[in-house]
Amino acid sequence: MNDALPVAAGFDVQAIRAEFPILTETVRGRPLVFLDSAASAQKPRAVIAAMVHAMEHQYANVHRGLHWMSERTTEAFEACRDAAARFLNAASRDEIVLTRNATEAINLVAHSYGRGVLRPGQAVLISAMEHHSNIVPWQMLRDAHGIDLRVAEVTEAGELDMDSVAAQLADGKVGLVAITHMSNVLGTYTPAERIARLAHEAGAKVLFDGSQAAVHRRVDVQALDADFYVFTGHKLYGPTGIGVLYGKAALLDRMPPFLGGGDMISSVSFARSEWARVPHKFEAGTPPILEAIGLRAAIEWVERIGFPALEAHERALTEHALARLAAIEGVAVIGRAQDRGGVVSFTLDRAHAHDVATLLDRQGIAVRAGHHCAEPLMRRLGLDSTARASFAVYTTRSEIDALAEALVRVRAFFR
Amino acid sequence: MSEAFAELRDLYQEVILDHGRHPRNFRRLDGALHAKGDNPMCGDRVEVWLRLGAGGRIEDAAFQGRGCAISMASASLMTEVLRGKTRDEAQRLAQAFRTLARTGACPACGGVHAEDIERLQPLAGVAEYPSRVKCATLAWHAMEAALRGEGSATTE
Repeated sequence: MNDALPVAAGFDVQAIRAEFPILTETVRGRPLVFLDSAASAQKPRAVIAAMVHAMEHQYANVHRGLHWMSERTTEAFEACRDAAARFLNAASRDEIVLTRNATEAINLVAHSYGRGVLRPGQAVLISAMEHHSNIVPWQMLRDAHGIDLRVAEVTEAGELDMDSVAAQLADGKVGLVAITHMSNVLGTYTPAERIARLAHEAGAKVLFDGSQAAVHRRVDVQALDADFYVFTGHKLYGPTGIGVLYGKAALLDRMPPFLGGGDMISSVSFARSEWARVPHKFEAGTPPILEAIGLRAAIEWVERIGFPALEAHERALTEHALARLAAIEGVAVIGRAQDRGGVVSFTLDRAHAHDVATLLDRQGIAVRAGHHCAEPLMRRLGLDSTARASFAVYTTRSEIDALAEALVRVRAFFR
Repeated sequence: MSEAFAELRDLYQEVILDHGRHPRNFRRLDGALHAKGDNPMCGDRVEVWLRLGAGGRIEDAAFQGRGCAISMASASLMTEVLRGKTRDEAQRLAQAFRTLARTGACPACGGVHAEDIERLQPLAGVAEYPSRVKCATLAWHAMEAALRGEGSATTE
């Protein structure tokens, strides 16, 4: 890749790329152009090395072993909690629950807060641009527990309709607002601070799905006044199998456990069990130990880059991509939100998104195509599917140029 | 066609582009066997109609739907090769086509006319793209559901 001009001052994308072994791979005889990081990001050597080091030198089960290996592994595992607390600016490390992914984190809240604290007749408010993982758990809660499920509208521009949010909150029956912090389809950021304020004024708690946002922007749960915030490790350059739930201590304390088993109890008899204290109450069974070690390494790696540089780089890439795509006849970018991150969905007039993705793949370019696990949003937009290019810290301008040039060829191919 | 497109040709042969752009038998049939096919992973949807004539042979086959070029071309080609087939022959052909789409070849497709397989051969390139095999087989699943008297089929 030839990037003569750095896209952000003081940011050396080639040096960053050198930390990702996979980026030197070729696909179908071409250099890999990986524009599908919103689905899952590639991993830097620091993450790979931390996990390999644990397996080769320092591994045992955590929290129960009375031996050196277990104690050291427990420290390494718990260091992930500290890293996640710092990453989100949580008031306490005890407000961090380690889960398998963001989906499990949302399910945990839907189950424990939904059934344990919300009362039948109350409502949960989501938005029309949620990922299925922030829709289905609430439908399950609705059907099992008599909770009303409401949906805030999205505007023509692809932004959250704040009037709709306010209207849905007006009768005071909403107990929890659960909304994405950044759309995985449109790249739109939602105004999380305003949403939290509106929710709190209406007596509701608020959960943000930060699966996309936490990768691209500094998240401060105290500044946002979020009650719950979830993200997943594998989109943040970490491994699969680990996610994070942040919850305010007072809320987590009130919530019953989600899964039962070892590690989440303080005592067990056949008559009854006592729950462990928060956050361990929500971490049943042997946790994802290696994945936590990998996530800690990923968080520290991202912190070394720093969000100011990362955000500037991705903003420049997104602007470049929007300009390049807009210049191609027959390409329509979906959504025109003011505040957006490095996710761009588009359609091509002459070809279905799946054909576009396959033809791009044939040229070594990986994009996602389909409904992006957001079928209700696609219906709202009147679309069956889109192609989606998404950018990461290692994405280059020339990769976006390669996408644009390839799209011109694809369109010519479907003449 | 320029050099730049050479690598795109293995899957998107001219016959696929042609059938994708101008699907044959793209219409409804009244009073015919009918089933819908749904690929929930990608949102492709087809409906297939089959009219059986005297002697149990398919005298007309038609489809409607929306989806990618592969799914539309496969449905279109299917409606052409099905004409004149008995239920048994149609089912054997569907079996053979699935093998073709999954593996790129159908060496043991006994009982199926060689010219039919040859006709469907342009779709064999899909075997190189596991994520696209279901696009090619969707209409065939719907066709079999119609023959069985079931209203719908899904590739999941």
